[in-house]
Amino acid sequence: MTTSKKNSLSRVTKILSFLGGLALFAVIFVPIWKIELDAPQYPEGLELKIHADKLAGQVDIINGLNHYIGMRHLSENDFIEFQFLPYIFAILGFFGVLTAIINRKWFFYIWGGSFIAFAIAAMVDFYMWLYNYGHNLDPTAPIQVPGMTYQPPLLGFKQLLNFGAYSIPDIGGWIMAGVGVLIVFCGFIEIRKK
Amino acid sequence: MFHKKFKSRFVAVAILSTLVGLQSCKPKTAATAVSGDAAQKVYVAPGQHDEFYAFVSGGFSGQVSVYGIPSGRLFKVLPVFSADPESGYGYSEESRNMLMTSHGYIPWGDEHHLSFSQTNGEYDGRWLFANENNTPRVARIDLKTFHTTEIIEIPNSAGNHSSPFITDNSEYVVAGTRFSVPFDEDEKDIPISSYADKFSGAISFISVNPESGRMDVAFQLKTPPVNYDLSHTGKGPSSGWFFFSTYNTEKAYTLLEVNSSQRDKDFILAVNWKKAEEYVKAGKARKVKANYAHNIMDEHSFTVQSTIKDEVLVLDIKDLDGICYYIPCPKSPHGADVDPTGEYIVGSGKLASLIPVFSFQKMMKAIEEKNYEGTFDGVPVLKYDAVLHGEVKKPGLGPLHTEFDAHGNAYTSFFVSSEVVKWNVKTLEVIDRQPTFYSTGHLTVAGGDSKTPYGKYLVAWNKITKDRYLPTGPELCQSAQLFDITGDKMQLLLDFPTIGEPHYAVMIPASKIKDNQVRIFDITKNNHPFVAKGEGETKIVRNGNRVDIYMTLIRSHITPDNIEGIKVGDEVYFHVTNLEQDWDLPHGFTILGSTAAELLILPGETKTMKWMPKKTGIVPFYCTDFCSALHQEMQGYVRVSPAGSNTPLRYGTGDTAPKAE
Repeated sequence: MTTSKKNSLSRVTKILSFLGGLALFAVIFVPIWKIELDAPQYPEGLELKIHADKLAGQVDIINGLNHYIGMRHLSENDFIEFQFLPYIFAILGFFGVLTAIINRKWFFYIWGGSFIAFAIAAMVDFYMWLYNYGHNLDPTAPIQVPGMTYQPPLLGFKQLLNFGAYSIPDIGGWIMAGVGVLIVFCGFIEIRKK
Repeated sequence: MFHKKFKSRFVAVAILSTLVGLQSCKPKTAATAVSGDAAQKVYVAPGQHDEFYAFVSGGFSGQVSVYGIPSGRLFKVLPVFSADPESGYGYSEESRNMLMTSHGYIPWGDEHHLSFSQTNGEYDGRWLFANENNTPRVARIDLKTFHTTEIIEIPNSAGNHSSPFITDNSEYVVAGTRFSVPFDEDEKDIPISSYADKFSGAISFISVNPESGRMDVAFQLKTPPVNYDLSHTGKGPSSGWFFFSTYNTEKAYTLLEVNSSQRDKDFILAVNWKKAEEYVKAGKARKVKANYAHNIMDEHSFTVQSTIKDEVLVLDIKDLDGICYYIPCPKSPHGADVDPTGEYIVGSGKLASLIPVFSFQKMMKAIEEKNYEGTFDGVPVLKYDAVLHGEVKKPGLGPLHTEFDAHGNAYTSFFVSSEVVKWNVKTLEVIDRQPTFYSTGHLTVAGGDSKTPYGKYLVAWNKITKDRYLPTGPELCQSAQLFDITGDKMQLLLDFPTIGEPHYAVMIPASKIKDNQVRIFDITKNNHPFVAKGEGETKIVRNGNRVDIYMTLIRSHITPDNIEGIKVGDEVYFHVTNLEQDWDLPHGFTILGSTAAELLILPGETKTMKWMPKKTGIVPFYCTDFCSALHQEMQGYVRVSPAGSNTPLRYGTGDTAPKAE
């Protein structure tokens, strides 16, 4: 009985893991990240929204503008991630719910650890795409500014010629951040609880 | 000596001071009429929006202009009845038919009055109707796009002046003829002097489809020969009635200046249109021959279809009871205006020195009691005193037109005495008068012809400008004057110049229009027969000497931009699609030697320019609207070879451009 209690999860962790798992399912259906662009000619702003499985927002308009600097056409087909990201969220969500049901610390640690590892990997991947788009420019582009690259920031604001680019999490990103915080918080509780 | 000198000096000073005194007795001039906070009241800071839209008739320009109120800033001139080389309206293959009539293509019109569509007597912000006076027509402008989307010609009419006033639920737009003429069904090659016997007046009721706005001449009233001037709908209790001012009840056909001003009173014609509608439904209307054009723009192909109609339903008012009654009204009335309660009808006799106000209740009572003073060509004339609510005494000279606020006040323009006068509709007392510069025709209170006036601002539309602005040679602009009418006294705020000659204008709160604006046309819904929905769909098709070029524009290139194999004598059609799907990104298109003005193509639109090359050579074309930083690079060439030559048809852009043979 005591070993079982020692290895099982606190009520708080169970509830939060359950809710966190459900929340990760929701991420599949909402935008995760957004890049807001504004320029003197675009007082109303332009938005690129990144979902688990697609790009949304004014993709065509942004592509139309990017052709001047020779940036590659943003096309959903280029992102292999869109093929499997929804499944990863589904699996991570399922494991979160399972954590609450199985009620074992080791399972919680595996779930929490893999989620955080995934989140870090996703950010690295995102950064690499941004770098790629920002640096691999068509050498015959109409507008060429020596030394200028167009990599949007991973997080925060950066001025790119006449456009200000502001990169921040969208609903899905905030959910992921929230789940990350909950996992750290619960992990802390579980470690302290002897 | 000293004494004498002093005396003469004294006399000189006395004379001088008397003269100065007389000078200061002269009324204050315009320059002093503006008070301190006027600038603040009309200042709309950069980037801020005006509170009201004003749609202003363009008179002999044939167009409608759009201003912001209170700033007086001009936003746009809408092409309606005149061709507009700036946008290609009336020049492009798609839009030419909008200016078709039973007389063929007409590049110009005389646009006088405007009405907003109404729901329950209130502006609903859907459509704007405009009249054409010379070749009788009514246009409908869609307020989502500000485009003229329909024009209908009015048969049996000549000088469509008493138009396009509208009923309180937009059931009908009316069109009363200024000139009486013989109807199409009657003998037409007759002496002008047979006016009284052989000529007829026409009042048309144009139905408006409540969903699409589509117009149709539902029926016409054939009336005695007089001139119709203006009209307005009843509302509230008088809903179902329409009131038309008439002049020339003398039935003069020459020197009207004198001959139509003889009778002490002309008429306001009260029309029970609900009853007329019943007669039509009951089959009492005659189907007669007519000849008029009806032009409709298809919203997905941007193309106007023009059809000629050959029939119209006519009701003879002298044969049918209970439709029409004449109300005597002094001296050639211009405005026939109904107050927001629908009870009072104000006639403005342009040669009168008083303003009669009629009571709808009294009119109904007089009709019920058959309180007639006689008939006019078989139509009952009600007794003036039986219908009169009262007269505004000594309001000014030459009253023309009246509008209302929500607090029981009326505002009347005076052409001859050049002023606007505020008076109380019930008590008929004059409250305030302010000079105008100069000679106001119509005036507009925001919502002032509706059931719910917004008040706040009044604009006087002046016919004479003279010294008000920097001179521009002998031809001067006309002008508008903005007044604040929130206080007891009207306060002059601003003068601003207008396009063409402003007659009537209407003002609507910006919120009723600005949130419904179309920003782009969805290219996936474009079903123009010659659209290219992407550069992959561009092509050139030759059929005999007809050449159709399916062309696209996107920042910052034209596809195709190199075209060879066009020959002198070809009939070339550039079907140009703007592929942009972004706000405020029109492209223009023109080619050297174009006789069809330019094309201004909005995002998602296709427009067509016809071009007949007459000389061998290399002919450049380019984008005319500064679309992007590389706009000046947006260009191309057509190679025109001699007639009968065998230059192959080749075309492309960049990598696909024709290479050396």
